[in-house]
Amino acid sequence: MNEQTLLELADDELILGWRESEWTGIAPMLEEDVAFSSIAQNEIGHARAAYQLLVGEDGDADALAFDRKLEEYRCAPLVELRLMDWAHTIARRWLYETADEIRIAALKDDPDAGGLAAKIDREEAYHRMHAEMWNTRLKDEPRYRKAVADLWPYALGLLSPELRPTLIARVGLPEVDAIERGSHTGELAELWDEMTMVRRSAPAGSQW
Amino acid sequence: MVTAEQVWSALDEIPDPEIPVISLVDLGVIRSVDVQDGRVRVEFTPTFLGCPALEAMKRALEEKVAELGGVPEVAVISDDSWSTDKITPAGREKLREAGFAPPAPREATAPRLVQLQANVHRCPYCGSTETRLENIFGPTPCRSLRYCDGCRQPFEQFKTI
Repeated sequence: MNEQTLLELADDELILGWRESEWTGIAPMLEEDVAFSSIAQNEIGHARAAYQLLVGEDGDADALAFDRKLEEYRCAPLVELRLMDWAHTIARRWLYETADEIRIAALKDDPDAGGLAAKIDREEAYHRMHAEMWNTRLKDEPRYRKAVADLWPYALGLLSPELRPTLIARVGLPEVDAIERGSHTGELAELWDEMTMVRRSAPAGSQW
Repeated sequence: MVTAEQVWSALDEIPDPEIPVISLVDLGVIRSVDVQDGRVRVEFTPTFLGCPALEAMKRALEEKVAELGGVPEVAVISDDSWSTDKITPAGREKLREAGFAPPAPREATAPRLVQLQANVHRCPYCGSTETRLENIFGPTPCRSLRYCDGCRQPFEQFKTI
Protein backbone atom coordinates (compact mmCIF):
# COMPACT_ATOMS: atom_id res chain seq x y z
CA MET A 1 0.00 0.00 0.00
CA ASN A 2 1.20 3.49 -0.81
CA GLU A 3 0.93 4.78 2.76
CA GLN A 4 2.36 8.19 2.07
CA THR A 5 -0.20 8.92 -0.66
CA LEU A 6 -3.04 7.70 1.53
CA LEU A 7 -1.88 9.82 4.46
CA GLU A 8 -1.67 12.88 2.21
CA LEU A 9 -5.21 12.23 0.99
CA ALA A 10 -6.51 11.75 4.54
CA ASP A 11 -4.84 14.93 5.82
CA ASP A 12 -6.10 16.94 2.84
CA GLU A 13 -9.66 15.74 3.39
CA LEU A 14 -9.55 16.35 7.15
CA ILE A 15 -8.22 19.89 6.88
CA LEU A 16 -10.37 20.84 3.90
CA GLY A 17 -13.43 19.41 5.67
CA TRP A 18 -12.58 21.63 8.62
CA ARG A 19 -12.24 24.66 6.35
CA GLU A 20 -15.49 23.99 4.44
CA SER A 21 -17.37 23.66 7.71
CA GLU A 22 -16.46 27.27 8.45
CA TRP A 23 -19.22 28.25 5.97
CA THR A 24 -21.89 26.49 8.03
CA GLY A 25 -24.42 29.12 8.99
CA ILE A 26 -22.83 31.99 7.06
CA ALA A 27 -22.80 30.90 3.40
CA PRO A 28 -24.32 33.41 0.94
CA MET A 29 -27.48 31.31 0.60
CA LEU A 30 -29.24 28.56 2.49
CA GLU A 31 -28.61 25.94 -0.22
CA GLU A 32 -24.88 26.54 0.16
CA ASP A 33 -25.06 26.28 3.94
CA VAL A 34 -26.49 22.81 3.41
CA ALA A 35 -24.07 21.94 0.59
CA PHE A 36 -20.91 23.05 2.39
CA SER A 37 -21.93 21.37 5.63
CA SER A 38 -22.65 18.12 3.82
CA ILE A 39 -19.44 18.25 1.78
CA ALA A 40 -17.41 19.00 4.93
CA GLN A 41 -18.98 16.08 6.77
CA ASN A 42 -18.28 13.77 3.89
CA GLU A 43 -14.66 14.87 3.45
CA ILE A 44 -14.03 14.22 7.13
CA GLY A 45 -15.67 10.81 6.70
CA HIS A 46 -13.21 10.04 3.90
CA ALA A 47 -10.35 11.12 6.15
CA ARG A 48 -11.62 8.85 8.93
CA ALA A 49 -11.85 5.82 6.62
CA ALA A 50 -8.35 6.46 5.23
CA TYR A 51 -6.85 6.87 8.73
CA GLN A 52 -8.58 3.64 9.77
CA LEU A 53 -7.08 1.79 6.81
CA LEU A 54 -3.64 3.13 7.77
CA VAL A 55 -3.87 2.06 11.43
CA GLY A 56 -5.68 -1.25 10.77
CA GLU A 57 -9.12 -2.51 11.86
CA ASP A 58 -8.38 -2.31 15.59
CA GLY A 59 -6.15 0.77 15.46
CA ASP A 60 -7.03 4.23 16.76
CA ALA A 61 -7.85 6.49 13.79
CA ASP A 62 -8.45 9.49 16.09
CA ALA A 63 -4.91 9.24 17.43
CA LEU A 64 -3.50 9.41 13.92
CA ALA A 65 -5.82 12.28 13.03
CA PHE A 66 -5.31 14.45 16.11
CA ASP A 67 -2.24 13.44 18.12
CA ARG A 68 0.46 14.45 15.67
CA LYS A 69 2.64 17.53 15.86
CA LEU A 70 1.86 20.29 13.42
CA GLU A 71 4.91 19.57 11.26
CA GLU A 72 3.95 15.90 10.91
CA TYR A 73 0.79 16.68 8.93
CA ARG A 74 1.13 16.01 5.20
CA CYS A 75 -1.70 18.20 3.90
CA ALA A 76 -1.10 20.50 0.94
CA PRO A 77 -1.04 24.28 1.52
CA LEU A 78 -4.16 24.65 -0.70
CA VAL A 79 -6.45 23.12 1.94
CA GLU A 80 -4.92 25.09 4.81
CA LEU A 81 -5.93 28.53 3.56
CA ARG A 82 -8.68 30.23 5.48
CA LEU A 83 -10.70 31.64 2.59
CA MET A 84 -13.56 33.90 3.51
CA ASP A 85 -14.12 35.20 -0.02
CA TRP A 86 -16.75 33.27 -1.99
CA ALA A 87 -14.91 33.47 -5.34
CA HIS A 88 -11.77 31.97 -3.79
CA THR A 89 -13.80 29.40 -1.88
CA ILE A 90 -15.48 28.18 -5.07
CA ALA A 91 -12.19 28.34 -6.99
CA ARG A 92 -10.61 26.08 -4.36
CA ARG A 93 -13.58 23.68 -4.42
CA TRP A 94 -13.35 23.35 -8.21
CA LEU A 95 -9.56 23.02 -8.34
CA TYR A 96 -9.51 20.59 -5.43
CA GLU A 97 -12.21 18.31 -6.83
CA THR A 98 -10.61 18.32 -10.29
CA ALA A 99 -7.24 17.32 -8.82
CA ASP A 100 -8.76 14.90 -6.31
CA GLU A 101 -10.49 12.93 -9.07
CA ILE A 102 -7.12 12.38 -10.79
CA ARG A 103 -5.44 11.30 -7.57
CA ILE A 104 -8.25 8.90 -6.60
CA ALA A 105 -8.25 7.32 -10.08
CA ALA A 106 -4.52 6.64 -9.66
CA LEU A 107 -5.22 4.86 -6.34
CA LYS A 108 -7.91 2.53 -7.72
CA ASP A 109 -5.46 -0.21 -8.69
CA ASP A 110 -3.79 -0.26 -5.28
CA PRO A 111 -4.37 -3.75 -3.80
CA ASP A 112 -5.09 -2.38 -0.31
CA ALA A 113 -6.52 1.09 -0.89
CA GLY A 114 -8.31 0.44 -4.21
CA GLY A 115 -11.64 -0.50 -2.61
CA LEU A 116 -11.69 2.62 -0.48
CA ALA A 117 -10.65 4.76 -3.46
CA ALA A 118 -13.58 3.40 -5.52
CA LYS A 119 -15.98 4.15 -2.66
CA ILE A 120 -14.63 7.67 -2.18
CA ASP A 121 -14.87 8.33 -5.93
CA ARG A 122 -18.59 7.43 -6.01
CA GLU A 123 -19.23 9.94 -3.23
CA GLU A 124 -16.97 12.65 -4.60
CA ALA A 125 -19.02 12.56 -7.81
CA TYR A 126 -21.58 14.70 -5.98
CA HIS A 127 -18.92 17.15 -4.82
CA ARG A 128 -17.69 17.39 -8.40
CA MET A 129 -21.20 18.12 -9.66
CA HIS A 130 -21.54 20.95 -7.17
CA ALA A 131 -18.13 22.36 -8.07
CA GLU A 132 -18.78 22.11 -11.80
CA MET A 133 -22.15 23.80 -11.43
CA TRP A 134 -20.52 26.78 -9.71
CA ASN A 135 -17.55 26.85 -12.06
CA THR A 136 -19.91 27.02 -15.06
CA ARG A 137 -21.82 29.83 -13.42
CA LEU A 138 -18.78 31.93 -12.50
CA LYS A 139 -16.17 31.08 -15.12
CA ASP A 140 -16.53 34.36 -17.04
CA GLU A 141 -16.49 36.58 -13.97
CA PRO A 142 -13.16 38.45 -13.63
CA ARG A 143 -13.17 38.09 -9.86
CA TYR A 144 -13.53 34.32 -10.11
CA ARG A 145 -10.89 34.01 -12.83
CA LYS A 146 -8.47 35.90 -10.63
CA ALA A 147 -9.26 33.58 -7.72
CA VAL A 148 -8.55 30.50 -9.87
CA ALA A 149 -5.26 32.05 -11.03
CA ASP A 150 -4.31 32.91 -7.42
CA LEU A 151 -4.85 29.32 -6.29
CA TRP A 152 -3.44 27.56 -9.33
CA PRO A 153 0.14 27.09 -7.96
CA TYR A 154 -1.41 25.64 -4.81
CA ALA A 155 -3.64 23.27 -6.81
CA LEU A 156 -0.63 21.82 -8.65
CA GLY A 157 0.95 21.10 -5.27
CA LEU A 158 -1.88 18.68 -4.43
CA LEU A 159 -0.65 16.13 -6.94
CA SER A 160 2.59 14.24 -7.34
CA PRO A 161 4.57 15.51 -10.37
CA GLU A 162 3.60 12.64 -12.70
CA LEU A 163 -0.12 13.42 -12.30
CA ARG A 164 0.22 17.17 -12.90
CA PRO A 165 0.05 17.11 -16.73
CA THR A 166 -3.49 15.65 -16.47
CA LEU A 167 -4.56 18.48 -14.18
CA ILE A 168 -2.97 21.09 -16.45
CA ALA A 169 -4.90 19.65 -19.41
CA ARG A 170 -8.21 19.63 -17.54
CA VAL A 171 -7.92 23.10 -16.03
CA GLY A 172 -6.39 24.66 -19.14
CA LEU A 173 -3.93 26.96 -17.40
CA PRO A 174 -0.18 27.09 -18.13
CA GLU A 175 2.27 25.18 -15.95
CA VAL A 176 3.76 27.25 -13.13
CA ASP A 177 5.94 26.44 -10.11
CA ALA A 178 3.81 24.44 -7.68
CA ILE A 179 3.47 25.35 -4.02
CA GLU A 180 4.54 22.00 -2.64
CA ARG A 181 3.57 19.93 0.36
CA GLY A 182 6.02 19.80 3.22
CA SER A 183 6.02 23.26 4.69
CA HIS A 184 2.87 24.67 6.22
CA THR A 185 1.17 28.04 6.12
CA GLY A 186 0.68 30.04 9.30
CA GLU A 187 -3.03 29.47 8.91
CA LEU A 188 -2.63 25.76 9.61
CA ALA A 189 -1.00 26.49 12.98
CA GLU A 190 -4.14 28.29 14.11
CA LEU A 191 -6.40 25.53 12.83
CA TRP A 192 -4.24 22.79 14.42
CA ASP A 193 -4.40 24.58 17.75
CA GLU A 194 -8.19 24.65 17.63
CA MET A 195 -8.59 21.15 16.19
CA THR A 196 -6.41 19.35 18.72
CA MET A 197 -7.14 21.47 21.79
CA VAL A 198 -9.62 19.11 23.44
CA ARG A 199 -7.41 16.05 23.08
CA ARG A 200 -4.32 17.90 24.24
CA SER A 201 -6.07 19.23 27.33
CA ALA A 202 -7.57 15.86 28.34
CA PRO A 203 -5.88 14.05 31.23
CA ALA A 204 -3.81 10.99 30.34
CA GLY A 205 -5.90 7.84 30.09
CA SER A 206 -9.11 9.60 29.01
CA GLN A 207 -11.56 7.44 27.08
CA TRP A 208 -13.27 8.78 23.97
CA MET B 1 -26.76 -21.68 20.25
CA VAL B 2 -27.65 -18.74 18.05
CA THR B 3 -27.92 -19.36 14.30
CA ALA B 4 -27.19 -17.08 11.35
CA GLU B 5 -30.91 -17.09 10.42
CA GLN B 6 -31.83 -15.83 13.89
CA VAL B 7 -29.23 -13.10 13.63
CA TRP B 8 -30.48 -11.99 10.20
CA SER B 9 -34.08 -11.78 11.37
CA ALA B 10 -33.06 -9.89 14.53
CA LEU B 11 -30.99 -7.41 12.50
CA ASP B 12 -34.03 -6.83 10.30
CA GLU B 13 -35.64 -5.21 13.38
CA ILE B 14 -32.98 -2.49 13.59
CA PRO B 15 -34.22 0.71 11.97
CA ASP B 16 -31.93 3.03 10.07
CA PRO B 17 -31.13 5.74 12.65
CA GLU B 18 -31.91 8.56 10.22
CA ILE B 19 -34.67 7.03 8.08
CA PRO B 20 -36.38 4.75 10.61
CA VAL B 21 -39.00 3.45 8.15
CA ILE B 22 -36.38 1.15 6.69
CA SER B 23 -34.33 -1.53 8.47
CA LEU B 24 -30.59 -2.02 8.12
CA VAL B 25 -31.32 -5.30 6.31
CA ASP B 26 -33.69 -3.57 3.84
CA LEU B 27 -31.03 -0.92 3.32
CA GLY B 28 -28.68 -3.71 2.22
CA VAL B 29 -25.81 -2.58 4.42
CA ILE B 30 -25.35 -5.93 6.19
CA ARG B 31 -22.86 -7.70 3.97
CA SER B 32 -22.47 -10.94 5.88
CA VAL B 33 -23.25 -12.74 9.10
CA ASP B 34 -20.90 -15.48 10.20
CA VAL B 35 -21.62 -17.54 13.33
CA GLN B 36 -18.99 -19.76 14.92
CA ASP B 37 -19.23 -21.19 18.45
CA GLY B 38 -21.44 -18.34 19.65
CA ARG B 39 -19.16 -15.71 18.17
CA VAL B 40 -21.07 -13.62 15.61
CA ARG B 41 -19.14 -11.65 13.05
CA VAL B 42 -21.24 -9.07 11.21
CA GLU B 43 -19.73 -7.16 8.30
CA PHE B 44 -21.46 -3.99 7.39
CA THR B 45 -20.86 -1.29 4.83
CA PRO B 46 -21.54 2.39 5.44
CA THR B 47 -23.87 4.13 2.98
CA PHE B 48 -21.73 7.26 2.88
CA LEU B 49 -18.36 7.35 4.65
CA GLY B 50 -19.33 10.65 6.22
CA CYS B 51 -22.52 9.17 7.66
CA PRO B 52 -22.80 10.41 11.26
CA ALA B 53 -24.96 7.39 12.11
CA LEU B 54 -22.09 4.96 11.55
CA GLU B 55 -21.23 4.55 15.23
CA ALA B 56 -24.90 4.34 16.21
CA MET B 57 -25.47 1.57 13.66
CA LYS B 58 -22.42 -0.32 14.86
CA ARG B 59 -23.60 -0.13 18.48
CA ALA B 60 -27.14 -1.20 17.55
CA LEU B 61 -25.75 -4.24 15.72
CA GLU B 62 -23.57 -5.20 18.68
CA GLU B 63 -26.44 -4.84 21.13
CA LYS B 64 -28.79 -6.91 18.98
CA VAL B 65 -26.29 -9.75 18.70
CA ALA B 66 -25.62 -9.61 22.43
CA GLU B 67 -29.38 -9.83 23.14
CA LEU B 68 -29.43 -13.14 21.25
CA GLY B 69 -26.62 -14.39 23.48
CA GLY B 70 -23.93 -14.12 20.83
CA VAL B 71 -20.53 -12.51 21.18
CA PRO B 72 -20.56 -9.67 18.65
CA GLU B 73 -17.75 -8.70 16.36
CA VAL B 74 -18.89 -5.93 14.03
CA ALA B 75 -16.56 -4.93 11.20
CA VAL B 76 -17.06 -1.80 9.13
CA ILE B 77 -16.09 -2.49 5.51
CA SER B 78 -15.12 0.76 3.78
CA ASP B 79 -15.05 -0.33 0.16
CA ASP B 80 -17.29 -0.04 -2.87
CA SER B 81 -19.27 -3.24 -2.14
CA TRP B 82 -22.43 -1.34 -1.09
CA SER B 83 -24.48 0.48 -3.63
CA THR B 84 -28.01 1.88 -3.50
CA ASP B 85 -28.91 -1.03 -5.82
CA LYS B 86 -28.67 -3.23 -2.69
CA ILE B 87 -31.72 -1.62 -1.13
CA THR B 88 -34.38 -4.38 -1.25
CA PRO B 89 -37.60 -3.92 -3.29
CA ALA B 90 -39.51 -3.82 0.01
CA GLY B 91 -37.09 -1.20 1.28
CA ARG B 92 -37.58 0.95 -1.82
CA GLU B 93 -41.35 0.81 -1.35
CA LYS B 94 -41.02 1.82 2.32
CA LEU B 95 -38.84 4.77 1.31
CA ARG B 96 -41.39 5.91 -1.26
CA GLU B 97 -44.27 5.65 1.23
CA ALA B 98 -42.32 7.81 3.68
CA GLY B 99 -41.78 10.53 1.05
CA PHE B 100 -38.25 9.66 -0.09
CA ALA B 101 -37.88 9.02 -3.80
CA PRO B 102 -35.86 5.78 -4.09
CA PRO B 103 -32.49 5.99 -5.86
CA ALA B 104 -32.07 5.55 -9.60
CA PRO B 105 -30.05 2.45 -10.63
CA ARG B 106 -26.27 2.73 -10.50
CA GLU B 107 -24.44 3.03 -13.78
CA ALA B 108 -20.94 1.87 -14.66
CA THR B 109 -19.50 5.34 -14.21
CA ALA B 110 -20.16 7.73 -11.35
CA PRO B 111 -23.22 9.95 -11.94
CA ARG B 112 -22.92 13.37 -13.56
CA LEU B 113 -24.84 16.56 -12.98
CA VAL B 114 -26.65 16.34 -16.30
CA GLN B 115 -28.19 12.99 -15.28
CA LEU B 116 -29.36 14.36 -11.97
CA GLN B 117 -30.97 17.27 -13.75
CA ALA B 118 -32.35 15.49 -16.81
CA ASN B 119 -33.26 11.93 -15.77
CA VAL B 120 -36.82 11.13 -14.76
CA HIS B 121 -37.15 11.37 -11.00
CA ARG B 122 -40.69 10.64 -9.91
CA CYS B 123 -42.37 12.52 -7.06
CA PRO B 124 -43.04 10.09 -4.19
CA TYR B 125 -46.26 11.95 -3.28
CA CYS B 126 -48.16 12.35 -6.58
CA GLY B 127 -46.11 10.26 -9.02
CA SER B 128 -45.46 13.18 -11.38
CA THR B 129 -42.27 13.15 -13.39
CA GLU B 130 -42.31 16.95 -13.61
CA THR B 131 -39.69 17.40 -10.91
CA ARG B 132 -36.48 19.39 -10.77
CA LEU B 133 -33.28 19.43 -8.78
CA GLU B 134 -33.24 22.01 -6.00
CA ASN B 135 -30.03 21.07 -4.22
CA ILE B 136 -27.57 18.21 -4.74
CA PHE B 137 -27.22 18.15 -0.95
CA GLY B 138 -29.86 17.60 1.71
CA PRO B 139 -30.20 17.02 5.44
CA THR B 140 -27.92 13.96 5.32
CA PRO B 141 -25.14 13.03 2.85
CA CYS B 142 -27.32 10.36 1.20
CA ARG B 143 -30.13 12.69 0.08
CA SER B 144 -30.72 15.41 -2.53
CA LEU B 145 -33.60 17.90 -2.55
CA ARG B 146 -36.04 18.05 -5.47
CA TYR B 147 -39.22 20.00 -6.14
CA CYS B 148 -42.35 18.62 -7.76
CA ASP B 149 -44.09 20.98 -10.17
CA GLY B 150 -47.10 18.62 -10.21
CA CYS B 151 -48.10 18.87 -6.56
CA ARG B 152 -45.85 21.83 -5.69
CA GLN B 153 -44.09 19.98 -2.95
CA PRO B 154 -40.40 19.61 -2.16
CA PHE B 155 -39.23 16.04 -1.59
CA GLU B 156 -36.02 14.16 -0.85
CA GLN B 157 -34.31 11.93 -3.37
CA PHE B 158 -32.02 9.13 -2.21
CA LYS B 159 -28.71 9.65 -4.03
CA THR B 160 -27.44 6.89 -6.28
CA ILE B 161 -24.23 5.40 -4.97
